[in-house]
Amino acid sequence: MSWVLQGVSILGGPPTDVLVDGGVIAEIGAGLRGEQTLDAAGLVALPGLVDLHTHLREPGREDAETVETGTAAAALGGFTAVHAMANTDPVADTAGVVEQVFHLGRAAGHCDVAPVGAVTVGLRGTALAELGAMATSAARVRVFSDDGVCVSDAGLMRRALEYVKAFDGVVAQHAEEPSLTVGAQLHEGVVSAQLGLAGWPAVAEEAIIARDCLLAGHVGSRLHICHVSTAGSVELIRFAKARGIDVTAEVTPHHLLLTDASATGYDPVFKVNPPLRTRADVDAVRAGLADGTIDAVATDHAPHATEDKETEWAAARPGMLGLQTALPIVAGLGLAWSVIAERMSSAPARIGRLPGHGRPIAVGEPANLCLFDPAATWTVDGHALASRAHNTPYEGMTMTGAVVATFLRGEPTVLDGKLT
Amino acid sequence: MNRHLLSAADLTRDDALLVLDTAAELAAVSDRSVKKLPTLRGRTVVNLFYEDSTRTRISFEVAAKRLSADVITFSAKGSSVSKGESLKDTALTLQAIGADAVVCRHHASGAPHTLSRWVEGSVVNAGDGTHEHPTQALLDAYTMRARTGRLEGLRVAIVGDVLHSRVARSNVLLLATLGAEVTLVSPPTLLPLGVDAWPAETSYDLDAVLPKTDVVMMLRVQRERMGAAYFPSEREYARRYGLDAARMAALPDEAIVMHPGPMNRGMEIAAEVADSVRSTIVDQVANGVSVRMAVLYLLLAGGQTADQGRGGAA
Amino acid sequence: MSLSASRPQPAAPWPPSSRRPVTGDRAAARAVLGDAEVGRVLARIAHEILERTSGDLDRLVLLGIPTRGVSLARRLGALCERFEGRPVRVGSLDVTMYRDDLALRGVRALAATDLPVDGIDGDTVVLVDDVLFSGRTVRAALEALNDVGRPREVQLAVLVDRGHRELPIRADYVGKNLPTSLSETVHVLLTEHDDRDAVLLGPAAFGGPDPTGPAA
Repeated sequence: MSWVLQGVSILGGPPTDVLVDGGVIAEIGAGLRGEQTLDAAGLVALPGLVDLHTHLREPGREDAETVETGTAAAALGGFTAVHAMANTDPVADTAGVVEQVFHLGRAAGHCDVAPVGAVTVGLRGTALAELGAMATSAARVRVFSDDGVCVSDAGLMRRALEYVKAFDGVVAQHAEEPSLTVGAQLHEGVVSAQLGLAGWPAVAEEAIIARDCLLAGHVGSRLHICHVSTAGSVELIRFAKARGIDVTAEVTPHHLLLTDASATGYDPVFKVNPPLRTRADVDAVRAGLADGTIDAVATDHAPHATEDKETEWAAARPGMLGLQTALPIVAGLGLAWSVIAERMSSAPARIGRLPGHGRPIAVGEPANLCLFDPAATWTVDGHALASRAHNTPYEGMTMTGAVVATFLRGEPTVLDGKLT
Repeated sequence: MNRHLLSAADLTRDDALLVLDTAAELAAVSDRSVKKLPTLRGRTVVNLFYEDSTRTRISFEVAAKRLSADVITFSAKGSSVSKGESLKDTALTLQAIGADAVVCRHHASGAPHTLSRWVEGSVVNAGDGTHEHPTQALLDAYTMRARTGRLEGLRVAIVGDVLHSRVARSNVLLLATLGAEVTLVSPPTLLPLGVDAWPAETSYDLDAVLPKTDVVMMLRVQRERMGAAYFPSEREYARRYGLDAARMAALPDEAIVMHPGPMNRGMEIAAEVADSVRSTIVDQVANGVSVRMAVLYLLLAGGQTADQGRGGAA
Repeated sequence: MSLSASRPQPAAPWPPSSRRPVTGDRAAARAVLGDAEVGRVLARIAHEILERTSGDLDRLVLLGIPTRGVSLARRLGALCERFEGRPVRVGSLDVTMYRDDLALRGVRALAATDLPVDGIDGDTVVLVDDVLFSGRTVRAALEALNDVGRPREVQLAVLVDRGHRELPIRADYVGKNLPTSLSETVHVLLTEHDDRDAVLLGPAAFGGPDPTGPAA
């Protein structure tokens, strides 16, 4: 079925019509006709968003999220592709598991699901998983990560970086030196000292980033840094890029918005790994995102069952929902629409090697689109979000900007802010 | 409406002095043959102890009983909490039985805060993880005032494992509120990063601080810290940060020595210091009951019962 | 904590000040006893106490109920000593922890309980308070007394009895019986706490909220 998006603003440009037909953008111009018409006046068209970092929890914790509910949340958030992290149960460390996740994504149909493969067997950090088998599986895995834990052994990390070159893969590192974060609960600083919570020092992240950048430079490999959270990390990545090291980095919406001061009431909805940092860190990651030091925004969408969050801080699991609130938060940072498109679609698609995503909005390109109303306001209600879990840190907050429609290869997955 | 005692920072100067003054009047009750007051008759106080602490538990139990409250003690050992029942389920149980106050001791920092969101009664923090222990700070301040006659301008040194000490955190906050001057003395590894935001001075040198100190409070060193490279050995710790007779002699004549207990004699405090006339360690235990009576009275006596609260009565 | 949460509602000072704020319309308040009359009335009560106890001063204890009852007990003690030439034991008995109305009216700071060193067992205790109203304060005092000893006999002396008893309690010595309506307020001023000796009767609003309230 063909669609005309009437009066839409492409990346903030002048209103125009866009004809979507046969899964591609067929025509751009005035007075276009199609089988269906969508009044898109006042809406901004972005390429469909791509998330490098989503926890879909299936298999293993279907009580917290499933591929179906997680990808529904993704579509409602404007995403047309998500990378499903490997820390499921069983761990996505074999071709069998990544293919299962891939097919579940296909069956759900809300957005493309690109499984991430584990770097090491069982995320145990001791032996490489069968990375090549995952790469050549139906899931075509290109991003490998032990996210949730760090590949902390330098020798093993070096081998992983080298090995994935054979199939143009990338290792996405969860940068956390484990000996510096034993029992860590919250960013180490004034707030952790006051609350008596074991500190998660910035240097634990920065030390691994420094090491891995040097390793990637040494072996000439691609490296991706997950959820950069500190000012020091931004500086290190800037330095590595200036040296010509092939490193990319992502930042989460929550690290762009929230600080460790949120933890003062001990509400575990604010517990996340890496932890919320200081105002200075928030300013630094925003600046890094604006100047391109940080390539991408990734949600680190991490659903948790109520019983894992309604508990004392130390017993709670880290992580927060992010898919449906990501774009309004990033849109509020004052970036140009072209920059938002680059950071939330083109760059993550490039890093994850997803050829059909993150493309320009131009005739002949795949019709993966997100239509966003920058003026709409809505109040976050964890129970109204599509995820099975409700652990949003933005409960009760008013968001400016709402996803109105999402198109995946020319077919709407979301219309009028609702799943089709 | 805040009706809990979760942190020493919850207390204004007037609140804190009211607790101390009330405790001073209530101390007389302990000297009578009838050691009981009818004030909290019909109220239920639950002692919810997820962590062993015989002295704190008994202190709260005696305090509540002297005020005629019904006291129920839940210990982690031998009750549902040790069988993996969540804090939330326990809270719902307490709510259902109509607890007017929950005195909570927990190994996790912030657990009493979390609990206070789920129960209607008052929550009193009886020590949470490495966060706070506000009634200990109140009884320490009470003891200091009783022994030295003042708090304003009093020079207090808190010595030892500040990083993991809930006693230190509560004392720093309360003593600052009451106008005392606090110096934290600790090896650098046992001072939290971020301590510079606290209303206290810090020092690594106990010998330099002692001559300028009216009250020296020795913190307990947890044995389990020794394996974690916070300091090289027990012997080195005792030598650098332990209070022995020679160091005690460096204190001004009127200075007192405190310890929240239980002590590691020979480690942070020498036996002869613990048993000296300057030591307030026995007073601290006795004062604990009066101070906790005052806290329970001030939190509970004026309020409604949990039943009235649920019924929405004015 | 917020001790403030359970404090008496607005305008009442915390902790309750013993100095009564007489800020209202004083013209509306009528002095039912003035300086001289308070002194005369106390002298009469002192004589009556001596008469009733047959001059057995060794067994007599005057226990004032804070705040103004304590000052009155001290004055009565001094008068008895003047009349008999021998000292009389005087003390104070704080009844706060025995009140049955804390939940209604909020917690209050405690006052001192100060008993004779040799106790009160076997003695004649005269409780002294400024105003007798519902009788609840006296009930609390009797319970408090029960916990600190076993007197042979307990009597009650008040400067003013304003009626409206809610309990079967009566005073043995009354300075002045003062018929009042429930909407009226009685204030006792004593030089130990206030600018003069007087008993004032006024409308409910006068003089700010009455710290001893209608249940006193």
